[in-house]
Amino acid sequence: MPGLQIQNISMRFDLPNGSHVQALQDVSLDLKQGELLSVLGPSGCGKTTLLNIVAGFLAPTEGSIILNDQPAIGPDAERGMVFQQGALFEWMGVRENVSFGPRMAGKRASEWAENVDHLLDVVGLQDFKEKMVYELSGGMQQRVALARCLANDPDVILMDEPLGALDALTREKMQGLVLKLWKETGKTIILITHSVEEALLLGERLLVMAPRPGRIHKEYRLPFADMGVGKDLREVKKEPDFGERREEILGMIWDMEEEIMGRTEESA
Amino acid sequence: MGQIISDLSGELAQLFVSILSALPAIIGYLALIFLFLFLWGIVKKRLTPTQDYTSLKTVTFGDESTVVSDKAASIISVVLIFVIWGAFTGTSWLPNFLHAPGPFIGQDTFTYTVETEDGTRDDATVTLVSHRAGELPETPEITPGDGIAKDDVIVVQAYRTKLLSWDANDDVTRSEGAKIVAIDGREITRETDVETGFARVALTDKGTLNIEPGKGWQMESIWLPAPDSVVSRLMSVSRDGYQNVTLAEHLSYSLFRVIVGFFLGALIGIPMGYAMGLSNWFRGWFDPIVEFMRPVPPLALIPLVIIWAGIGEQGKIILIFLAALWIMAIAARSGVSGVAITKVHAAYSLGASKMQIMRHVIVPNSLPEIFTGARVAMGVCWGTVVAAELVAAEKGIGKMIVAASKFQDTDIVLMGIILIGIIGFGIDVLMRMAEKWLVPWKGRV
Ligand SMILES: Nc1ncnc2c1ncn2[C@@H]1O[C@H](COP(=O)(O)OP(=O)(O)OP(=O)(O)O)[C@@H](O)[C@H]1O
Ligand SMILES: [Mg+2]
Repeated sequence: MPGLQIQNISMRFDLPNGSHVQALQDVSLDLKQGELLSVLGPSGCGKTTLLNIVAGFLAPTEGSIILNDQPAIGPDAERGMVFQQGALFEWMGVRENVSFGPRMAGKRASEWAENVDHLLDVVGLQDFKEKMVYELSGGMQQRVALARCLANDPDVILMDEPLGALDALTREKMQGLVLKLWKETGKTIILITHSVEEALLLGERLLVMAPRPGRIHKEYRLPFADMGVGKDLREVKKEPDFGERREEILGMIWDMEEEIMGRTEESA
Repeated sequence: MGQIISDLSGELAQLFVSILSALPAIIGYLALIFLFLFLWGIVKKRLTPTQDYTSLKTVTFGDESTVVSDKAASIISVVLIFVIWGAFTGTSWLPNFLHAPGPFIGQDTFTYTVETEDGTRDDATVTLVSHRAGELPETPEITPGDGIAKDDVIVVQAYRTKLLSWDANDDVTRSEGAKIVAIDGREITRETDVETGFARVALTDKGTLNIEPGKGWQMESIWLPAPDSVVSRLMSVSRDGYQNVTLAEHLSYSLFRVIVGFFLGALIGIPMGYAMGLSNWFRGWFDPIVEFMRPVPPLALIPLVIIWAGIGEQGKIILIFLAALWIMAIAARSGVSGVAITKVHAAYSLGASKMQIMRHVIVPNSLPEIFTGARVAMGVCWGTVVAAELVAAEKGIGKMIVAASKFQDTDIVLMGIILIGIIGFGIDVLMRMAEKWLVPWKGRV
């Protein structure tokens, strides 16, 4: 069965002072090929940890990751990652960054050049192909990061707050771009965000996580991502359902944050 | 311990006195800085009545980006150094009115009054001729005059003093109890000297006169040669060499040591730093060595290196190598450790292997740090080589200036110091250009 299975993942960090943090507790999840899952949750609930485990940067204390029926261990080109910022190679130009994956795989320029050019056109950087990345704005840099990930043609794309460092306007444009790329390429995507609106707009499925220990709190199936493809996202936000869901989830996360604050106050 | 403290407080008191005596000069210099600020402000207003962007900012104090080096101030400051230098050395480059008063050169007279044992007094005239070093003017003919005291002539080189045995031609002598009681009609004793306006006259214990022509405000060239004589020395030394070694040879030797030593240091230090940045074992192994050696100034190693390797080229290259080694190792280490983990993660998830990550991520990411280290190391190496040559060398720019100082060729010493400064600055400029060209992303992430 093609897709990504996250099976009973638990993660415990042992701290140098002898205590430990249970960052994740028995997290299981089944993602079909081409699904877009957005993940929400209060700060410190283990979202990044989960993504790093899926990417293979961390080995879980328990559980396993299965991709296309194969156990996935360690980082691999099948699972591409888009970071919040600072993951581009500033000693390379835009084109070198985007072609990094194919070049490392030993492919000749003739094999990737066309695709890289096409991807740069798709993300709207046709006029910046020869620039160095430090000459680009933050939004443009994130588009390079997206194109770089896509040029490697991974099965799964993992995004950890990819739009978190952008201003509201750029962010909205980039949300449209992510939706468009998702529909066009049919990739499986996990997207972590702090913005409830973004999670609702982009996620076909939405996961709300709870902290201490990090676990799945609630899951939703949402119609908005399909509505939003090729449309003005602001129209989607006006849907009556959308506002309802937003308030519901915001309240949920708000309560969790309150609880954390209360608990730290008690322990203090 | 108490002895040491009292000695050191004595030193401190002396230092304080010297600083106080330099205070007028410091205040004068500060006044010049503000004077030129004021003058340049007026000139600039005339030249550019338009306003630029920065002048639209209302908050400039404390805004670092609005503070840029004022070119005019730099130019005036450098020119002023040369003017002050020239004024106090009487250089031919400056018009005379800018010169500080020079030493007394020429001929003038004063009188002395002799008193014999029985109280009779008589005056005689002394003709003083003062000349520059290297010149020998003719002694003027005079008539001895009448009375018991006879007129004298004395020839003194500027900045020197001479004793006048005034009684050599007089009718009375010191052994008969005659003594001088006044100069130009003013009383003179062993404690009080007389200033005649062009010379200072003092009475010695033996009763002779010590005559010192006025020094003025200018420095003797053995203390501070004039800029033109430094330049002409530069010409003559670069043409004919100094003590049978040409200037080019001196400079080449110094640069050779720096470049070879630096490259060896970088060749070993960079891989060492990489190993320390990538492996716990190597980090643990080299950390104590590097952390211990880093604070030891390379100059402190000179005696040991001389004992071990002698004063030949090898010793000096070892020294420069050691000066560069630790700096480069530390720079490479922090360059490697400074790689953002997200970049390494990104490379892994794009399918890069360890070797590829090393070559395409870690090495290029460390280059800016390595360049910063190289610039520091080059500066330290250049300073170290000059110092090492001061201690022991046969050739080299440092050697040239110690040799010159032994012969009091101050103009060569000064020329050497200026060359050392210019070359050090030139090296840094070249390094910065290389940096701009090779790591253009430095500081722009
Ligand atoms: N390397 C580590 N060592 C020890 N504890 C860790 C480590 N990484 C994460 N943690 C802990 O695990 C928990 C989850 O962290 P994680 O970064 O996954 O949270 P997050 O949901 O991504 O938070 P945020 O929304 O702020 O990014 C936190 O309590 C954190 O302190
Ligand atoms: Mg996180």
